[in-house]
Parts: sequence; structure tokens; C-alpha cells
Amino acid sequence: MAKQSVIVVGGGLGGLWAALRLAEAGVSVDLFSLFPVKRSHSCCAQGGINAVLDIKGQHDSVEQHITDTIKGGDYLADQPPIKTMCEEAPGLIRTYDRMGVTFSRTPEGIMDQRLFGGVKNKRTCFAGATTGAQLLYSIDEQIRFHEAEGRVRKFEFWEFLSLVLDEQGVCRGLVALNLRSMKVEAFRADAVILATGGAGLIWGRSTMSTNCTGAAASRVYQQGAKFANGEFTQFHPTAMKGHDKLRLMSEACRGEGGRIWVPRKAGDTRAGRDIPEDERFYFLEEWYPTYGNTVPRDVASRAIVRATRHMGLGVRGQEIVYLDLTHKPREFLKNRLGGILEMYETFAGVDPYTNPMEVFPSMHYTMGGLWVSYEKDGHTGGMVRAHPRNHATSIPGLYACGECDFGYHGANRLGANSLLSASFSGRVAGDAVAAYIKSLKSATEKTPQGVFDAERRRQEEFNQAILARTGGENASTLHRQLGELMSEHVFVERDNAGLDKALAGIAELKERAKNIALDDQSGWANQLLPWARQVQDMLVLSEVMTKCARLRDECRGSHYKAEFELKQPAGKFAGDPEYEEYTAKWKANNEKWLKHSIATHTPAGPQVEYWPIEASVMAPEKPRDYR
Amino acid sequence: MDRMIHFKIKRQDGPNSPPYWEEFKMPYAPQHNCISALMYLREHPVNIKGQRVAPVVWESNCMEEVCGACTMLVNGVPRQACAALVDELEQPIRLEPLTKFPVIRDLLVDRQKMFDGLIQVKAWVPLDGSQDIHLHAPRISPVEQSLRYIFSRCMTCGCCMEVCPQYHDGSPFVGPAPLGQVALHNAHPTGGFFKADRLHAIMGPGGITDCGNAQNCVKVCPKDIPLTEAIGALGRQTTVQWLRDLLM
Ligand SMILES: Cc1cc2nc3c(=O)[nH]c(=O)nc-3n(C[C@H](O)[C@H](O)[C@H](O)COP(=O)(O)OP(=O)(O)OC[C@H]3O[C@@H](n4cnc5c(N)ncnc54)[C@H](O)[C@@H]3O)c2cc1C
Ligand code: SF4
Ligand code: SF4
Ligand code: FES
Repeated sequence: MAKQSVIVVGGGLGGLWAALRLAEAGVSVDLFSLFPVKRSHSCCAQGGINAVLDIKGQHDSVEQHITDTIKGGDYLADQPPIKTMCEEAPGLIRTYDRMGVTFSRTPEGIMDQRLFGGVKNKRTCFAGATTGAQLLYSIDEQIRFHEAEGRVRKFEFWEFLSLVLDEQGVCRGLVALNLRSMKVEAFRADAVILATGGAGLIWGRSTMSTNCTGAAASRVYQQGAKFANGEFTQFHPTAMKGHDKLRLMSEACRGEGGRIWVPRKAGDTRAGRDIPEDERFYFLEEWYPTYGNTVPRDVASRAIVRATRHMGLGVRGQEIVYLDLTHKPREFLKNRLGGILEMYETFAGVDPYTNPMEVFPSMHYTMGGLWVSYEKDGHTGGMVRAHPRNHATSIPGLYACGECDFGYHGANRLGANSLLSASFSGRVAGDAVAAYIKSLKSATEKTPQGVFDAERRRQEEFNQAILARTGGENASTLHRQLGELMSEHVFVERDNAGLDKALAGIAELKERAKNIALDDQSGWANQLLPWARQVQDMLVLSEVMTKCARLRDECRGSHYKAEFELKQPAGKFAGDPEYEEYTAKWKANNEKWLKHSIATHTPAGPQVEYWPIEASVMAPEKPRDYR
Repeated sequence: MDRMIHFKIKRQDGPNSPPYWEEFKMPYAPQHNCISALMYLREHPVNIKGQRVAPVVWESNCMEEVCGACTMLVNGVPRQACAALVDELEQPIRLEPLTKFPVIRDLLVDRQKMFDGLIQVKAWVPLDGSQDIHLHAPRISPVEQSLRYIFSRCMTCGCCMEVCPQYHDGSPFVGPAPLGQVALHNAHPTGGFFKADRLHAIMGPGGITDCGNAQNCVKVCPKDIPLTEAIGALGRQTTVQWLRDLLM
């Protein structure tokens, strides 16, 4: 067989790890990315990456990491992959350390660890305030070495458009758009790995980078790949509003004493700092006296929406609340939160040491994604190493890893667990594909050229149709309207009437999107053409996410519908009859809903079915309880 | 008249087309930065003469001054346009592409040369494979860590290259950013094993001696990377390496 090759689409942590493993296995890799991989969204992560090193005398254990991840995700994730990820996390971190990541150190010169949300132990490794960038850069450097050795070829400024599927439906390569020459070309590969990240832009603006559209995942979904748990997206309670982006203001702000409030008087026009203490409504402290401002993310987000949307108390009548640190000494803040506050000052142009910051919840992470498989090891209960089924999508020959797949986080992601899952899943996918292409009975070089030409032509015609249209809809306008719709109805709290409205709105936008016309007809570095296509693909994915949300009549993780909430009896614990009754109800609800929602594309919209989850490591016997 | 934001943008349709200036005005809103303004103009691409034109082409991603994509000249200064707040800029705000890199279109330039430079200086820590070897890197003191951390924040944005008088079309000089990365990797306990390789890579033409020590680079680096100190130290190390090579 001739030398085999694999295409990796995406050069964040997921894609680069996959490419690295393949290059090391002697497979030649073509790496596609919208821009130089070093600029991928992974570089935005600040907080850190989880791995049990147990260096703080807390007797932290891998078992505990597994438990936290499973429970944190409200049991909705398949457990064997979680088990293996947590077991292999320390080894992965050691490799990162060897690559030269500038992890913060203890006085003894070993990697330091700190506490992060949702867990009790110090388990998070970090590199200053730029962990994501540091991890990304170090693996980018390793890939550059393989590039220098000729094992990796980079196709930067290329956009993946579609897969090339042969007559048996096996993925044999892809079609991509050169973002400079605007040429559409088909590429052969024995397998394709998609590592294209999250889909924050479906909410218009999010904490994600502005290239995180989810369009690539949407494209393979439209070609038959199954999309799982689309209704699960994480919202972060405190993001700073911007015209272009909602910038994350870390949980650490509340952790270090930040107070959330709104003016008691609706529409108060005074500046925040001029509003006297007794005219401020510290609603988190009032509503949740035990935890106050440090309630979990989802609780905080919903409370903020209640205070603004329902009670009309948003700052200046807008969807804004104050995140106030001005009562803390400047020195203290500088030490603890310097980087974050600096960012606020840079982008808001307002001094957060003397003015309360203005924030609102924002779309932050896509737990749902392309459905991927794994091979369970009957012996260990984890995943079988280097098995071709690991991270395989429902399209043979197509793999997915990183934020664009649905694994590991179930209904909710723990902080600092996704740099881990992106890296780990990339590594697993690389190993899986190396095994898969060895087992391939017929190599891609035998696939007739006609198959590639046909797909290329289909994409070219698609582009030409958009370019030829004049005087139609504006893609940016449609995108903005999609964002408004999603932020209103498919947000931190959902109800079926609202979700129906969203579905109707999306259907209307989809119709209008057929009429997108461009203000730029140029055949050179035309950015409107790919943008128009991304907007169309976001609409398709938004429909999946909304439909799955509409169908799921329960509360789980990030998905909340008040109508179906099972309330934990206050002050009651295991053993109390009320609590036991609640547990019984919870279990009955699990019977019905503890399942993956699996969407399949049809011309009439997504068809949703429910697949069982694999709970072989830890059965769902106890509800989550963060009291 | 309502308050407006006034832009003067240097445009170029393609690598070989002549550049031209085009002006735009858009409604004022607080907290705009240059990229969010360009996004607005993408939706409403009407120039100051009232003509609907092709929207300006640019590159951006993170909007947080960490990815380096949106680097351009803002009122003549190389910086990240996403972090350039309209409220803090003199108007009309002039946006121009970086001048040391080939223009692709409008504000979009090709910075591949910088990434090539990173290959040239072997900016990586050689590994015997990415598998777990059950060992960490050797211990690194907090002081060494923080020194390396300063250099490891380089986002290959190109500001330093833009202002370096020695870095231009006619010169083979790799420029300050890759030299900073040599300092970073030479300071790693195992990366340092290959110090000689990296020093050799910067000893020939285009290497460190081409730096005229004009100090421009440090002044514009958005990450405050002490490039000239690194270059000074590397200069001394290359001299030692040169002597060592003589004796070998
Ligand atoms: C503000 C913020 C802070 C975060 N902080 C943390 C944290 O502290 N800890 C943590 O664990 N997680 C954190 N996360 C989450 C984490 O950063 C991401 O989940 C993770 O980096 C995703 O990596 P990835 O490899 O899947 O995708 P990305 O890094 O997004 O990379 C996607 C790649 O796909 C490419 N691509 C996309 N579409 C196409 C296409 N059509 N054609 C070609 N290429 C394409 C892009 O060019 C890019 O290279 C944070 C997220 C945000 C938004
Ligand atoms: S000090 Fe050297 S590298 Fe820096 S700008 Fe001057 S000549 Fe260029
Ligand atoms: S050294 Fe500074 S200015 Fe130069 S590329 Fe790196 S971050 Fe940019
Ligand atoms: S967009 Fe990333 S630095 Fe400006």
C-alpha cells in the first residue's frame, strides 16, 4: 500500500494532538485551519487544566476526578472515556511539562496546582493567567518540528467545506476553500479528523473567539454525521458585554469577594459607584444566604436573568448587572485578579478598581457535539487503547475530537476539564486513526477521481450561486438576528413556548438565508462568501440545538426548564423520607431522560432519537447535591 | 449631527494592486474597538461618499489581545486592533496593514515569514515522543519559570518585526520575535541540551549580528517581552559558541 495520509481539520489543542500522534506514527498529515494554528481559540483559556497530581496533601485521587466529572455532567456522559481520560491526565500533563510549558511552580520547582470550580481538591495545573496559550504554543512547536521534518503539511487559511464520501459512504477526503485564491479543491485522505472547536457564534456573541461558528460540525452533520446532546451548552454568568464579543470575567472575581448587584430602582440613571449602599440590591446574597455570590454558575446565571428580564432591574434598564470589587483594596485585587481586571479596563475603558464592572451571562462552551464512539475495555472499564472505534463518528473514516465532539462533559462541563478533554481526545483520535487506516481494506488512492470532482463541483456551484445573487439578505444581519433569538429563548432558562418561538424564528431565518447576497463579488480573499456559508450552517445547527432543547422536558446540567424542575427538599438529606421520595422521583426521571439525544439531518429538519448512556463506572444512584 | 466614528482605511484589492484610502463614518457607540467597528462596517459597508462598497478585509479571532491575528497599524502604531478602543483614539482613525509583510488584501497580510523563522531557529524542545515516560521535566525554579514565562507569551503578532529597522524585504534577518523564542527554549532544562543547534541557526547571515540594537522592538511589544535583553544575552552566547566551535 502506498504511504497513507490523514487530514486533520483544526489546529487547536484537539487537532494538534491528533496530528502529533499521527506524525509520530509515521503517517503523513495534512493540517487544515482557517488561520495559523497558533491563533486558535484554545489560546483564550486562562484558568487551567485538570489532572490529579495530589501534591497538596489532600489525598486527591483519580477516582475522585472521575466522580467529579461524571456527577458534574449530571451523569449524561458515557463513562468509560471519562475513566480513561482521568487516569491518563497526569501522564498527559507530564508530557506537556516535558514539551516546555511554562507551568507555574511551587518553591520546590514542581508544577503547582490550584482550586477550580465544582471540586474540593486542588487539581488544576496552570501557567500564569494564560494556560490555554501556553499549552497551545508548546504543542504548536512540536508540530512545527514535524513540519520541518516533512511529516506535517499545513494548509492554513483554508476552510473545510465538505467531506468526500465514496459509494459506500466512507470518508475519503474533503473539499476545502482557499481563503485567498477562493479556489475550491478536493483532497484525498485515508481518514479525516475534525477538531474544529465550539459553536459560540450561534448565540451571536459569546465568550469564544469569533471564528467559533460550529459551521464545520454542521457541515458534516448535514452529510450524515450524528449530532448528540445539542441542547447542552454552558453559560457563564459573568461576561463583559462588547459589540464584538462577550469577554469572560473569571469566576475568580466572585471567589475573591466580588458582589453581584443591581440598583433597587428600575432604570436608575446614576453611575454604579454613585448609588448608595442602601439602594443596591445584592440579590444573590439575599436569595442564597448560604453561598451568596459564590453560588454555582448555573444558579448565578438564572438569578441574573430573573433580576433583569423578570424584575426589570437591569442596570440602566438593560440586560446588565454589576460585578463589584470596589470594596476590596487595590493591592489585593492587583495581586489576585490583576490580569482579568486589566482586560476589563482595556476593553471597557473603565477602571474596575473604582467602578463596578458591568456583566451578563454568556454562551461559553458546547458540551453537545458530533457523536463519537469508543471501544470499551471489559477488563478495566475504560477505553481500549488505540482502537479504531475510539472517537469515530457515525461516518466511517471520519473522526472528531476536541470541543466539536460530544464526549466527556455530559450535561455540564467542570472548569479546567476541557483543555484536558481537548488534548486527551486529540491524542486518542490520532491513535485511533493510525489503527483505522492500517485496517482499511481499500486505500483511498483507489477511489475514482470522479468522486472527488463531483463533490468539488457541488461546492463550487454552491459558491457561484451565492456570488451571482444581487440585492438579497445580508449575512451579518441574519447572524445578528439568530443571536438575538438564541439569547432570548435558548438561554439559561428555557420554556417550551419560547423554544417554539425560536424554532419558528430559525425556520424563517433559514428561508431568508437562501437569499443571501454579498457586498463583495471579488474572487480574491473574499471574506463574505465563507461568512455567508457559515451563517447558513449555523442556522442548521441552531435548529438541532433548539429542537433538542424543546424535546427534553426536564432539568439536567445546563438545561433548565422551570416547569419540570425536581426540587431538592430543603434541609433534608439521605435517610429523611422527603429526601428518599425526591431520590425516587429523580430516578424515575432518569429512566425517561438519562439518554443522549441524537440528531440526524433530514431535509425536513433534525430527527431526534434517544440512545442509552453507558454508566458502567458509577451508576446514577445519587442526585447531584452541591449543598 | 449625531456623533460619528470616522475611519480612514488604507485598502488594497490584491497583492499587486495599488493601495488607496477609503473613508467611512459610522454611528458612535461607547466601547467600540477597531475590530468591532469593522464588524459594523461589514454589515453596513457604505463609504463617506455614500457608495456601497466591498467591506474591508481583515483578520481577527480572539478579541482579547491574545491570538495576535488583528495586528495592524492604528494611527500609525503597530498594535492589536481589537484592543484599540475608539474612545481613546484620535479621529479620523487611520487603519493600515503592516508594512513588513506582503499585503493579501486591505488589512490582511501574510506573516508566514515569521512562522518560517521559528522553524529556522528550531523553536521547540526536542522530545523522544509524546508518550508518557512517567517523568516530568526536571525541576524548574519559580524564578526560572517566570523568566521563561515572559518569553512564552509571544503571540507571533509581528509588532516587533514591523518596527525593526533591520527586518525588511532585502534583509535575511530573522527578526526579534524568533530570537526571543531561542532565549525561551535555551532556558529550558532539556531544551537547553540543543542550545548549540539554535545558536548555530542564528550565527550565520540573517542571524543575531544583523540586529542593529535600535531597541525599537521592545517598545512596541504588547506582551512586554524583553527582546533586546534576550538578543544581548544570545549575542554573548553565540560568541562563546563560536569559540567552542573553533576548539572542536
Ligand atoms: C474565554 C474562555 C476561557 C476558557 N478557559 C478554559 C480553562 O481555563 N480551562 C479549560 O479547560 N477550558 C477552558 N475553555 C474551553 C477551552 O478553551 C476549549 O474548549 C478548547 O480550547 C477547545 O479546543 P479545540 O481544539 O476543540 O478547538 P479550538 O482551539 O477552537 O480550535 C479550532 C480549530 O479549528 C479550525 N477550524 C474551525 N473551523 C474550520 C473550518 N471550517 N476549516 C478549517 N479549520 C477550521 C480553527 O482554525 C482552529 O484551528 C475556555 C473557553 C473560553 C471561551
Ligand atoms: S534591537 Fe535589534 S531586533 Fe530590536 S528593533 Fe533593533 S535591530 Fe531590530
Ligand atoms: S515578541 Fe512581542 S511584538 Fe514580537 S511577535 Fe512576539 S508578542 Fe508580538
Ligand atoms: S483578535 Fe486576537 S489579538 Fe486581536
